[in-house]
Order: sequence, then structure tokens, then C-alpha cells
Amino acid sequence: MIAAGNPAVATNVGRPLAGGRRFSLDWIGVVPFLAYAGLFLLLPSTIIALGAFVNADGAFTLENYQHLSRSYVVKSTVDTTVISAVTAVAGAILGALLSYAIVMGSPNGVLRRLVVSASGVLAQFGGVTLAFAFIASIGPAGFVYLFAQAHGFDYYTHGIWLFERTGLGLVYLYFQIPLMVLVFLPALDGIKPQWREATESLGGNTWHYWRHVAGPLLFPAFLGATLLLFANAFSAYATANALINQGQPMLSQQIGGALSSEVGAFEPGFAKAIAVEMIVIVTLVTVLYSLLQRRTSRWL
Amino acid sequence: MKLGSLTRHLGVAALAWLLVAACGGSSGGGSASCSASAVKTATSASACGGLDALTAAAKAEGKLNVIALPRDWANYGAILDAFAAKYGITITSDNPDGSSQNEVDAVKQLSTTSRAPDVLDVGMAVALANTNLFAPYKVATWGDILDTQKESTGLWFQDYGGFMSIGYDSAKVPTITSIDDLKGAAFKGKVALNGNPKQANAALNGVMMASIANGGSLDDISKGVSFFKDLKKAGTFVPVQATTATVKNGTTPVVFDWDYLSAAHGKDVPTWKVFVPSSAILGGYYAQAINKNAPHPAAARLWEEYLYSDEGQNLWLKGLARPVRQAAMEKSGKIDKTAAAALPPVNGTPKFMSDAQATKAKDYLVANWDAAIA
Repeated sequence: MIAAGNPAVATNVGRPLAGGRRFSLDWIGVVPFLAYAGLFLLLPSTIIALGAFVNADGAFTLENYQHLSRSYVVKSTVDTTVISAVTAVAGAILGALLSYAIVMGSPNGVLRRLVVSASGVLAQFGGVTLAFAFIASIGPAGFVYLFAQAHGFDYYTHGIWLFERTGLGLVYLYFQIPLMVLVFLPALDGIKPQWREATESLGGNTWHYWRHVAGPLLFPAFLGATLLLFANAFSAYATANALINQGQPMLSQQIGGALSSEVGAFEPGFAKAIAVEMIVIVTLVTVLYSLLQRRTSRWL
Repeated sequence: MKLGSLTRHLGVAALAWLLVAACGGSSGGGSASCSASAVKTATSASACGGLDALTAAAKAEGKLNVIALPRDWANYGAILDAFAAKYGITITSDNPDGSSQNEVDAVKQLSTTSRAPDVLDVGMAVALANTNLFAPYKVATWGDILDTQKESTGLWFQDYGGFMSIGYDSAKVPTITSIDDLKGAAFKGKVALNGNPKQANAALNGVMMASIANGGSLDDISKGVSFFKDLKKAGTFVPVQATTATVKNGTTPVVFDWDYLSAAHGKDVPTWKVFVPSSAILGGYYAQAINKNAPHPAAARLWEEYLYSDEGQNLWLKGLARPVRQAAMEKSGKIDKTAAAALPPVNGTPKFMSDAQATKAKDYLVANWDAAIA
């Protein structure tokens, strides 16, 4: 998915290796990739999809898939998709603006090095640690909140939104923006200042430059990165679980619940069915992405 | 056929007579021995020559494997040390922070190896689902355990437990004297559960307690769900997972949890208090079981005898867990009165969910909890 969104990789399809017409060994190069994709992507997906057709007694059943219509799963599906989409788009826009600001500066400057290394760390800073960092700072007993409250600014008058979807979105942005910086920076680096000069010498203004030169060049990379951010939020688990443990809004939490229940709600087949649902949603989004990609690359 | 069956019966009868005779002899002198092969199937100490013979056999084994016993949980650290010192038996304590399911998995995976756990301390759901892995055994104090708290042949027997409670930081919220107090404005944004009731046993019992206090029963958890629904609507119930960290930093100053676990927060928060509502006293106990393939069968049995002795029971009590023989020991005067006085006060008759009632509650929660809380 990342590779598809990155023009540098997309255009990097190698020439066939030297060889006769009859004995083409070109395919050997792709074997490691196919083996990797088969072992780590197709095989687990197949095991999960088939496992969801099996009930507790090992017999064939459609029940696990039928259970996907349970009201709480439907609600989780909507919540997960909305939260993932909102944080992906917001993260992509803010991350792109931040990347642009960095690119405008010195390529070896302190700011750039600082932001890039910080992004590398923060993009991986998720889970319980991140959730608790927010709880301890802006949470209802956090020092930021207590300070704000003491100075007449109580931001929880309408309920503790940190433990609602709003709060979850905010916390997700904390790792979405750095991830966007990491994946979008190389694309921005590929834009040459000469192109802007060329636009200007041909009489174009800033709008023309963005509309006809930089925009179309960057848009596929931007879309690809947004898709990556969507999948990133879609599959996150620990952060959401530490923050919103009741009425679990994320599908990954519903899987966790069905797998770890010690009170008897242990439904491994159902958990697999939810996993298949997640795979289907991400696939749909990816298809949507490639359709858009095809359309945008026509402008080039 | 008939004759064969008759001789077999006679044989069994003769064997039983011999066994009884052996027991009779041993109880006085203590000179009888407990062989390595006999102890594997011994269903009580007296069935293997009495406690002295069992002790000798356990010392000969010299080792005991335990699993999933955190040193700071129900005073297990002190219990393990005391047992090791008293009998000179080396204890291997595996995976101290594991769950009940981990314990059962270890029994299955390590099967007959010398590293397999000898004894288990598991939640009731796991105990009931895995009786085929256990060896039946009755401790000397078997009679003190209520019939509802043990499997009749001794495959499992409850050890310690407590009551569902509301723990709170008295410096942050007013004193709680009934569950309905939580509806007050002072509790806005402060009430949490220890876990999700669809998954965690403690949280399910928290909802059940709220149900009983609000006109529900052990067969009807729905009143508890609507109680939390109202609290959520009022902004009182927060969906964050309550942990030691959230209690310590004050994010969750009111938490539904087992009283003996809640009382442990007193270490971090000196103003922490534990309240057990007299209108809804809901109990929950863990259970002991012996692995039928225990690599150290005599030490495993001696461990159980020690846990259920007055000494072992009082050690649990010091860890704020209520030992299963507490009532009997109060009667006999053997209870550690200082430790008992430190427990949160409970006035009334406790209720216990049956397996069927727990399943019914779980089914209702799976279908309704998320919608009620979201």
C-alpha cells in the first residue's frame, strides 16, 4: 500500500534481466516477495477466513458471520471507520503542512533533523503509554486540567470528552501526524525548486504552480499516505482499550473481547469473523484508492 | 462373570479393610509410610499414612512447583516463604502474573514433565471447565468448607475470596453509605469499573452488585446495566479502564472491585476507603486444585494441608483475602483477630452466583452492555 502510493517506487520497475527468449528467469526475482506475501498475508488471512466458518465443536457454521449483524458490532464498524477516516484525513493534512514547513528550511538544518527524529519516535509511540500520558496530563486529574481549572478554564464542563470518541481521535493524531511526516517528506523532497522558477518564468503565479505542477505531482503520494494512516488507526488496539474500555468503539477491541473473555463470552470463531470484516473494509478502501489514483495520474 | 465379579468385589472390600486398618494404625503412632506410588492417588492425608507420613514423603521429594501466584496477591509471598522454611521444600514459582487460563494451559502443555505445576489457584469458571485435569483430594479441615464451596470428591475446593465493593478516595469524594449516593453531583466523572464486564469477572460482579442493590437479583443483571446507563448519561460513569495507575493519579477516585484488591490501593492512596453495601453483599472465591500429573504429588498435598491449616488461613487473612474457613475459625477462636479487624466491615448475608446465573448474566451483558454505555 505504501509502495503503491510512492511514485518513486512505482516508477522503479526494473528492466528484465538479460536472458534468452525461451529461458526467461525473470520470475525468480519476484519469488521472495511472493513467498513473503503468501506466508505473512495470504496464509493468515485464509486461516482466519476459514476459521470463522467453524463453531466451538469444530463443525461448519455460518453463525459467526451472522453474528456480525449484532447491533454493537454494527455500531463499532461505523465508529471505527469514522474515527479512522477523520484521524487519517486530519493527520494527513496537518502532517503534510508540517512536512512542507520542514522542506522549506535548510535540508541539513537542526529543525529538520529534530522534527524527523522526533517523528520517527512518536509515530511508534502508541498503546497504554500514550493513553496514560494523555490521562496524566489533560485527563480529569491531570496537571494541565487542574491548572486550567484553577484559572477559570474548565474544559470538561460538558463531560470528560477525553474518554469519548473526540478524545480518542485527538490521541490518535498524536501518532498519525508524525507518521505522515515520515512518509510524505520524501515525496516533497522530490519537488525541485527549478519547477517553480520555470512556472514563474512562463508567467504562472502561485495558484498555477500548485494547481498544475506541484499538486498533481504530490496528490498520489498524499492519497497513498492517507490510506496508510487510515489502516494505521483502523488496526490500533491498546490505545483505544486503555482510554475507552466500556462500550468499546473499535472493532479491534471487539476482537480482543471475544478472544480473552474470562466470564464465558469466549467466541474465537466470531473474533475471526470480525477480523474478516476488517479485511474487507480495508480492501474496499484500497480499491477506492486505486480508482482515485488512476484518475489523478491521468492529469500528469 | 458373576463369580468373577464377586471375587473382584471381595478383593476391593478386602483392600478397603486393609486400608482402613492401616489408617487406624497410623493415626496413633505416625510410623506408617506414604509410598511414592500410593501418594499419587491419595485422596486425603489419612489415606496415605497420616499427615506425618505425608510430610516425610513431601520432604523426600524436596520440591514444589507453583504457578501464577503474585507475591503481593493475598499475601502469597509470606505463605511461600513460610512453607519453604517450615518443611525445607524448595518452591519453583512460575509466571507469577499469569491468569487462571495460563495455569491450565501450563498443566496441559507440560503434562507429565517435572516442570509441570503441582498445584493451581484458579477462578471458578476455569476450575469448573477443567476438572478432568485435577486429582481429587480432601484436606484435613475439609469439614469446615461449606458444601457449596467445594466439589464433593475434592477435585476443587474454594480457598479465599471477598466481596464486591466500592473503593473510594475519601479526600476526593464524600463518604459513601449506599450505592445510590453515586447519583449525586459530587461523583460526576469519577466512577469506574475494574475492567469490561463482557470480559472481566470482577467487572461483571460489579454490575451484578449494582443490580441487586437496585431491585434486581442473581438471576437478573438488567437493573445493574440500567444503573450504569443512568450514571453514564449523567456523566458520572467514565469508560476508562481503572488500574493502579489511574487510582494513584486520581483519574478514577471511585472504583467497583473486589474488596481485598481494592483495599490494596490504600498503600498508594492513604485516604482510600472500601465500602461493601449491606443491601447487596456479593461474594466471589478462588479455588485450589491439584494437578493429577503433579511431578511432586506428596508436596502438592502437603501444600494444600498447609494452606487449609489455621496458620495458612491466617496468612491469607493478613493479605486482606477472606479465607474459606474464616467462619469456622472465628467459632473456634483460632482466627487472627487483628487481621480480621482490618477487613472492610460487612453486615448481612452474602450471595454467591451459581454457574448458571453467571452464564445468564454474561449473555445479557454481551447483548446489552455496549449499547447501554455508548
